[in-house]
Amino acid sequence: MMNKYTIIACLWWGVVFSQDPLQGVIQFQENNNIYPLTGANAFWQNTTVGTVTDSEGAFLLERVPSTNILIISYLGFKTDTLKIESSFISHRMIQSEEDELKEVVLSQRKKTLQKSFIETQNILKVSSEELLKAACCNLSESFETNPAIDVNFADALTGTKQIKMLGLSSPYLLISEENIPMVRGASQAYGLSFTPGTWVESIQISKGAGSVTNGFESIAGQINTELKKPLTDEPFFLNLFASANGRYEMNTHLNRKINERLNTGLFIHGNKRTQKFDNNNDRFLDLPVSEQINMMNRWQYIDTEKGWISFLSWRFMNDEKTLGREDFNPKEDRGYKQRWGSQINTRRWDTSLKLAYVFPDIPYQSFGFQSAFSNHDQNSYFGQRSYTIEHQSFYTNLLFNSIIGNTLNKFKLGMNYSHDDYDELVDATNFKRKDINLGSYFEFSFNNNDNFSWIGGIRVDFHNNFGTFVTPRIHLRYVPVEKFVIRLSAGSGRKAANIFAENQTLFATNRNIKIQSSGGKIYGLNPEKAWNYGLSLSKSFYLGTVNQFNLSADYYITNFEDQVVVDWEKEREISFYNLEGKSVAKSFQLEMNYNYRNFLNFRAAYKNYDVKMDYERGFLQKPLLAKNRFFANLGLETKMSPKSRQWRWDITFHHVGTQRLVQTQRDDLNSFSPSFSLWNSQLTWVFSEKFEIYLGGENIGDYQQSAPIIGSNDPFGTDFDAAQVYAPIFGAMVYSGLRLKL
Amino acid sequence: MKKILIILLALPLGMVAQEKQKKITKAQFTVKGNCEVCEKRIEKAALSIKGVKSADWDIPSNQINLIYNPKKVSLETIHTSIADIGHDTSEAKSKNEDYDKLPKCCQYVREEL
Repeated sequence: MMNKYTIIACLWWGVVFSQDPLQGVIQFQENNNIYPLTGANAFWQNTTVGTVTDSEGAFLLERVPSTNILIISYLGFKTDTLKIESSFISHRMIQSEEDELKEVVLSQRKKTLQKSFIETQNILKVSSEELLKAACCNLSESFETNPAIDVNFADALTGTKQIKMLGLSSPYLLISEENIPMVRGASQAYGLSFTPGTWVESIQISKGAGSVTNGFESIAGQINTELKKPLTDEPFFLNLFASANGRYEMNTHLNRKINERLNTGLFIHGNKRTQKFDNNNDRFLDLPVSEQINMMNRWQYIDTEKGWISFLSWRFMNDEKTLGREDFNPKEDRGYKQRWGSQINTRRWDTSLKLAYVFPDIPYQSFGFQSAFSNHDQNSYFGQRSYTIEHQSFYTNLLFNSIIGNTLNKFKLGMNYSHDDYDELVDATNFKRKDINLGSYFEFSFNNNDNFSWIGGIRVDFHNNFGTFVTPRIHLRYVPVEKFVIRLSAGSGRKAANIFAENQTLFATNRNIKIQSSGGKIYGLNPEKAWNYGLSLSKSFYLGTVNQFNLSADYYITNFEDQVVVDWEKEREISFYNLEGKSVAKSFQLEMNYNYRNFLNFRAAYKNYDVKMDYERGFLQKPLLAKNRFFANLGLETKMSPKSRQWRWDITFHHVGTQRLVQTQRDDLNSFSPSFSLWNSQLTWVFSEKFEIYLGGENIGDYQQSAPIIGSNDPFGTDFDAAQVYAPIFGAMVYSGLRLKL
Repeated sequence: MKKILIILLALPLGMVAQEKQKKITKAQFTVKGNCEVCEKRIEKAALSIKGVKSADWDIPSNQINLIYNPKKVSLETIHTSIADIGHDTSEAKSKNEDYDKLPKCCQYVREEL
């Protein structure tokens, strides 16, 4: 119906530092003559500051700090939206024709990391542009430039990165892909490295109690990734990457339009590392020799007239890693106590179907259906130890959205069913388990369209191993004064602790595994249950017209009613038992964001984690968790030339405070790791819209943990332990890559 | 517990059936305004009328898209309610004093009466 017409009102970001009022002249053209337009309205967007042009069409208008977007309107003319970059403008209005309602589209750059002001929940949105700052390589490495999530190394052998939020490790987060729970169960340890970074369109990180619609599992928060859609992704995309530590990656996307309604995309990823490194001379590889192939095919169907939207995806992934002694040869040495080595082979299939129906006459009402099936098969051995897990998972969710009275009162109602089948072989012990759950939920949200909103959700679940239980969650948002947001949240969550899959680092040790049964149904243990409460404050303001600040502070408390304690405190032993006593995780974060126009962005954050629980030895801070962390990131961009050429540069700084170490042959009782700093940087040269190259360095300060593997000279002895890692194993690393879009 | 589940399961279907029985009507007309402040004002005014389900006003075209239940509210009432807060509609004109109370950016150019 609308005949779209685009005015790109955004010229290059000019150099204006002054606070002078804006002068302007508004004119119009008729029969080749130009006349002044008297009585036209000119006002700053989203403000009440405006004026009317005089008989010469001229106006003088005070600047406002909040915007540089000017709207000019006059009856019978098209309303224009202009981005003001200088202190004088001359603008010609175009008369509107009755049958042609023309739309003004303003070209404006999105912020790459955005704290949402409108959402009721504390959600951080990470765009694909931000993801480019960490050019490598998969989802587990996408959080390096982001203060909400901390990335750590899991152990000294596998090169796996582990994420933490609010001081709690990833099993306490609900990690979903397009709202289907994804990194859970068997894929908990390595799952984040099974999603290539270039496939990711955006990430939404919500802290604290999540929404009830995706299940009861989120405790510390939720991370949802949206993958690239065949309809909107480039027809052809190629990314090549190589790093000085011998890692090579390739990503291609191929997207095709089949017809007006149907689009398909094929995404292929491969990575390989063949070179062997032992820079710390402990005779163990610093990084595994590995190979991964990952393929996804998506079909996207949209019929806007009838209101149907559908996605059908399938995916295959095969990942192989060899690690251990540099001279380890799997064919000869496996099973023998000669040279310590390990292989981890994972094969995974995923399929998912999403179907949504929006009632064409009532756009506020819709049905949604999601269904996913995955098969995860991991075969691995670590020296004399072996671990095999097969996990089949089926998940389905039916959702109905509508309103009560009017669109200010919305609700979601639905149910989900999940079936998880686990078959594990730990050394010689077999564990089999089925988790079957049927849940239904109701979520109500109210928004006064202005400064107050709340979401309240409740779900009831019937679980074969947990019994029947209720999960309530609530979120509140209030804006007392302009650009100042207060958010509150509270809610509960539960999960089954998959003790082996979640703590696979234990296999890189020769510790004895002890499970102290409390008669529960999950390895003899009871499920974990926690309450999470949060408060978050955020304030934005301007200094002058070009300096934009945002300050935010948040505080979250997670209180465990029941937990499976992973106890590394005794030497040569790892034990699992249900919590007796207290377990509390308190997290405080202070964050500052600063933007100078569109070409400089600086953010800094201080984080404090107080995560303590009752171990058998006492009430202690969780080991290998820094109490204090500091983060800073600076990004600079040059003006984009008319040919879309641009330089982009960013640098990230992490300071990690001391971490408590458990008593081992290497570390004394009650000892702490040294604090250290890490620097990463990246430079991108955009040659054109189609081609760009980048060069970067990770850990450029070259900080390394000196003796990451305990007992490396006797890897079959009882003291061997590669899990006590607090800093990078590999020193400085340089990488480079290119992106081609056609 | 089982009863609750059955009720919860049956609820969406019941609601859809209910929605369909109700007569839902759409309307589109012009409401005068300029900016996003106006957008909030106009949509708020429309949504505060009982029977109005959804309201979406567009700045460049000055068109409002409404979904409402004609059994609960007449289109005429919607026009006058919006005009009462100072925004002229295609059918109803605001009083001068209401127009004067508008925030500055919302003081659209009035057609000669």
